[in-house]
Amino acid sequence: MSYTFQWGVAFDYLPYLLGGALVTLHLTFLGFLAGLIIGITTAVAQVYGSPLMQRTANIYVVFFTNTPSLVTAFFIFFGLPEFGILLSPYLCILINLALNAGAFLADVFRSGIQSVKTAEMEAAEIMGFSLFQKVQYVIAPHIAKTLYPPISNLYIIFILGSALASIFGVEEITGRAFNVDSETFRSIEIYSIAATIYVLLTFAASFALALVGRYVFRVKARMF
Amino acid sequence: MTQLEINGLFAEYSPSLPILEDVSLKIETGEIISIIGPSGSGKSTILRVLVGLLHPSQGHVIVNGTEVNYKSPSALKSMRDTMAMVFQQFNLFQNMSVLRNVMIAPLKIKKEPEAEVEARAKEYLEIMGLGEKFDAYPDQLSGGQQQRVALARALALRPKILLLDEVTSALDPEMVNEVLDAIRVLSTKGITLIIVSHEMAFVREVSDRVIMMDDGKVVEIGTPDEIFTAAKTQRCRDFISNIIQH
Amino acid sequence: MIQQFIDQAPIFFTLNNGLYWLRALMTTLSMALIGCVVGFIFGFVLVYFRTSPIPWLLPLRALLIAYVEIFRRIPFLVLTFLILFASRGFGFQLSLFWVACVTIVLIATAYIAEIIRAGIEAVHRNQWECADVMNFSRARTMLYVIVPQSWVFIVPPAFSYFIMFIKETSLTSQIGTMELMSAGKYFNSIGISPVMAYGTCLLLYFALSYPLTRLGRRIEVRLKNRFKGNMATLSASDQ
Repeated sequence: MSYTFQWGVAFDYLPYLLGGALVTLHLTFLGFLAGLIIGITTAVAQVYGSPLMQRTANIYVVFFTNTPSLVTAFFIFFGLPEFGILLSPYLCILINLALNAGAFLADVFRSGIQSVKTAEMEAAEIMGFSLFQKVQYVIAPHIAKTLYPPISNLYIIFILGSALASIFGVEEITGRAFNVDSETFRSIEIYSIAATIYVLLTFAASFALALVGRYVFRVKARMF
Repeated sequence: MTQLEINGLFAEYSPSLPILEDVSLKIETGEIISIIGPSGSGKSTILRVLVGLLHPSQGHVIVNGTEVNYKSPSALKSMRDTMAMVFQQFNLFQNMSVLRNVMIAPLKIKKEPEAEVEARAKEYLEIMGLGEKFDAYPDQLSGGQQQRVALARALALRPKILLLDEVTSALDPEMVNEVLDAIRVLSTKGITLIIVSHEMAFVREVSDRVIMMDDGKVVEIGTPDEIFTAAKTQRCRDFISNIIQH
Repeated sequence: MIQQFIDQAPIFFTLNNGLYWLRALMTTLSMALIGCVVGFIFGFVLVYFRTSPIPWLLPLRALLIAYVEIFRRIPFLVLTFLILFASRGFGFQLSLFWVACVTIVLIATAYIAEIIRAGIEAVHRNQWECADVMNFSRARTMLYVIVPQSWVFIVPPAFSYFIMFIKETSLTSQIGTMELMSAGKYFNSIGISPVMAYGTCLLLYFALSYPLTRLGRRIEVRLKNRFKGNMATLSASDQ
């Protein structure tokens, strides 16, 4: 074994690396939230929109679910300046995350909307509900409960996916690991710590989401 | 000759959930024994303990004079060679045809020659009235047909003792009779049968002896006439009168 | 920008470049394929031991459970770096391609093991008991009865994970493997506009992912039809 471990050096940077977790949470939270809005809108467009809206929505979803997040990030990061739009790396990644999340969430929401029993929808129709009211009183409560688990699951996946932000200089967990590595060259230790932070972060996030699910949405799920 | 003897059997799913309490009985070779009683009385549990799906916490099971040691895998294996069990539902392996279902255990587990196994399987399926269904898959059969295949499959193992655990309880009423007919055919073959059932008329007609159980204990054992018309214990009499009301 | 497109088109759309893209695409596909096939095999072995009732294997089972829970929660990029530096640090001169494959195997095993476990647990308990009572060994029960019935639960999600891994391989461009994403970077670096270079990249990933997704759905429908009727399972939730 020609590699000598120097964990002490790595642990000196632990607070810095943990700070990255906050950036990760910040980034994913905002991005996912935007993604939720995009997702619901897209799903409603797909189910209830005019043929043109449906077409556009479908193309959007199919495109982003069949292409890697990294490539769309590069496209946005390097492509937007070509059109004269200059944004910070953080913002580029945020947009990328929101667009990707929106597409996957749209699929989840769409299946949720379509699973609302037609009888309930017909009753609402007869009572003269507008589309917006239907969403508010019939669709939303039903899907909030059924879709909470898959959506929480997607959030965890996106926390892991946020690691690619490091490539564009965003100083989240992986980005900070990269910085520390360039300084200390203790690669194995640094990236092991980074991996551990992700594992613990996702455990904590799953747990918190399960708690929220149980008490706010009354969803019974495994606490892991 | 006593084939099966159960002595002071106790069983539990967990220390706070006892199922069987001090169960004792003797069964002769070729006898047809039925076990009746309310739900949760432990009827099915006796069968499950016999076949080794649940370990007894106390007591002895003696088969043909030898005590069965449920903790020993080889003893368990040889005991399962002499016993076969048919469950209430989901008996058949859904991914295999009817014929293969009946053939697979003798073929792959007992390693008997294929031609012989196939001939026997077809014979038993025909006895059960399923001669046309060799290549059908379980999901293409009705519940009653599936149970009859399960019976044929159990027979193909040539057991000395056959355990039937409420085999008609999950069936639509129209299919119950076809399965009961199949069991009637079985009862003529000289195999020892232990039947757990709710079908009282059938139990009365076909059994040599009837055991009534309640709350994990044996309440009474007797001939069908004794149990159904002149039960000795109050509990048994209550049970019978409740059943006959329907 | 259109002018740029017209200027660069003749340089970009050549046979050589086409072959370059094709080679990169093949690399991407083979990484994902090797990783997933090996991961599938390991996944099965893992689940077999994880669900073993033998008491003295308990420490192993705990280890396997920990493995699955941990490796499902490490980002692909981080693990790629870790494998790269670990393999170099301990003296293994793995090529970048194999570093990527090892990473995929490690993560795929964890994800697919979960899928397999869920699939096997979806098969009704009675099937186990029937086999048990007929003296089937655990291995034989799995082989003849349980696994054939669990395919319908295992294949669709496993296939969609395969498609996901094809896209994840784009991250290995960061350690320098010559796959599809790095082809895009290469063309961008030699002066092709990013829109064209990464745009082509996107289209090729799409060309891989979309047909496979459609295929996956057809397979799923086929499998479900094979076992319609009263299947001996708990109700399967549709994805």
